[in-house]
Amino acid sequence: MLKLFEIVGRRTINWFQLSVDFIRLFIETLYWIFVGPFKGKPIKSKAVFEQMVFMGSNSVIIVFFVIFFTGVVLAMQSAHQLSKMGGTIYVASLVTISICRELGPVLAALVIAGRIGAAITAEIGSMQVNEQLEALDTMAISPVRYLVVPKFISLFFMLPCLTVIGDAAGILGGYVIGVFTLDINPALYMQTALKYLTLKDIYTGLSKPFVFAMIITMVGAFMGIKTRGGAVGVGKATTISVVSSFILIIVADCIVTGVYYFINF
Amino acid sequence: MNKEKKIAISAKNIVKDFGSLRVLNDVTLDIYKGEIFVILGGSGSGKSTLLRIMTGGIPLTSGKVFFGDADLSTASDDEKEKIKRRFGMSFQSSALLDFLTVEENVSLPLTEHTKLDSKVVSIISRMKLNLVGLQGFENYTPSQISGGMKKRVGLARAIAMDPEIVFYDEPTAGLDPVVCAVVDQLILDLTKKLNLTSIVVTHNMESVFRIADRIAFLYKGKLLELGDKNTIRNSSNPIVQQFIKGEIEGPIQINDSD
Ligand SMILES: Nc1ncnc2c1ncn2[C@@H]1O[C@H](COP(=O)(O)OP(=O)(O)OP(=O)(O)O)[C@@H](O)[C@H]1O
Ligand SMILES: [Mg+2]
Repeated sequence: MLKLFEIVGRRTINWFQLSVDFIRLFIETLYWIFVGPFKGKPIKSKAVFEQMVFMGSNSVIIVFFVIFFTGVVLAMQSAHQLSKMGGTIYVASLVTISICRELGPVLAALVIAGRIGAAITAEIGSMQVNEQLEALDTMAISPVRYLVVPKFISLFFMLPCLTVIGDAAGILGGYVIGVFTLDINPALYMQTALKYLTLKDIYTGLSKPFVFAMIITMVGAFMGIKTRGGAVGVGKATTISVVSSFILIIVADCIVTGVYYFINF
Repeated sequence: MNKEKKIAISAKNIVKDFGSLRVLNDVTLDIYKGEIFVILGGSGSGKSTLLRIMTGGIPLTSGKVFFGDADLSTASDDEKEKIKRRFGMSFQSSALLDFLTVEENVSLPLTEHTKLDSKVVSIISRMKLNLVGLQGFENYTPSQISGGMKKRVGLARAIAMDPEIVFYDEPTAGLDPVVCAVVDQLILDLTKKLNLTSIVVTHNMESVFRIADRIAFLYKGKLLELGDKNTIRNSSNPIVQQFIKGEIEGPIQINDSD
């Protein structure tokens, strides 16, 4: 019995310690973004740009296809249901709203967590096990400023862009089904699609990727820094990073949606 | 050395545990300005750990490290940075950043900490690479060069900022005898001509007697012997004797389980 308490106790302390470390890393990142530049330590714009190319342009295609086909599936599914009530035309607004509010942001974030989050952990993690982070620190170069900040800023702006592209792809997917299989008049489709789309849908959907981007970079970087134990450790850390990002993205999505749902603004 | 001895680094009662393993046990030593201080000891005796504690790379369990009057462990971030800028470190594993080229690795501390023009930075880093015999490899990446070459790039990076104190973790391991002698000479020149302080971890007995002013002998995390070359050579401690002669018979048992 005592043993059980001991184990539970130790686990709790570990989790607590991990959360504290995570928050510290987040604060340090914010410090180098907002305070550092005023202390003669500017943000590395060249690295930010490189990261944007790596994160953004190389992810466009995969985000596009994932959400495009989600739009297609969504249209087919809802057409099946709606046709029973003779409301096939509402496929247009259903697809558009679901994609813009929910599926676009979440799917884009999940794809990017798998692609970029994993890459961040693998890169920083292998630098950790090869003492490269320690070397940076010994040279009085902050690893957070040098490695994490450019990724943070880059993804913070790239993920919303990718989400917009993803949203468009999803709407296009619905459009293809609506117009070519359900024989809805193209103009009518677009009109219905946009008619019910409110401003709130758009900003609900577009505020999410900013939150998701922070989660992906911070979890990726944190897991990388916490990596121990050689190549095996890097593999483990990468897996944990992706899984934790996935969970946190879904939880954050729930919270953000809840906030918009209960607080009506 | 025989003039007034100013203390560059002072380590007091250093203890370091990794989990339940005590890797350093109450190590106290002073390193003087302008000397080459060699840390000697068997594999796993805690030499790298001691070096990394002195540079602040890993936290210590208890004890203190002073750079002059400044205590690295209690210093503020700004002070810490100032202290760290005064020293360079060459890692046992080289620890080069593998997304940068050789030249970029060497110039990294310069571009980060100085406002020098990029041309000047390039000249300085090429000069440092020249010192370690690596001209012509500026644009290679670390994955394209050999282990010994990486080590030398790490060395060039450590001295890029013309530091006051340089830490070398096995600078000559994995180098051929000629390059090894070149590196030893480099350490000697830097220390004696520019009046730097060098702390060198090494296994290589030939190097030790070539460069050392003073030697600390570590065994299982304890400081067994501390003194100049003769103190070590004439040490009455059988462990030290067995080590410097490289004998199989003696008190050091490599399959010792404790
Ligand atoms: N990060 C770590 N986690 C756990 N144990 C460690 C770690 N680093 C070192 N050790 C342990 O500390 C002891 C001393 O290691 P250290 O690297 O200081 O040895 P060393 O004297 O430099 O050896 P070598 O000459 O082989 O480089 C070893 O027993 C090692 O297992
Ligand atoms: Mg070592």
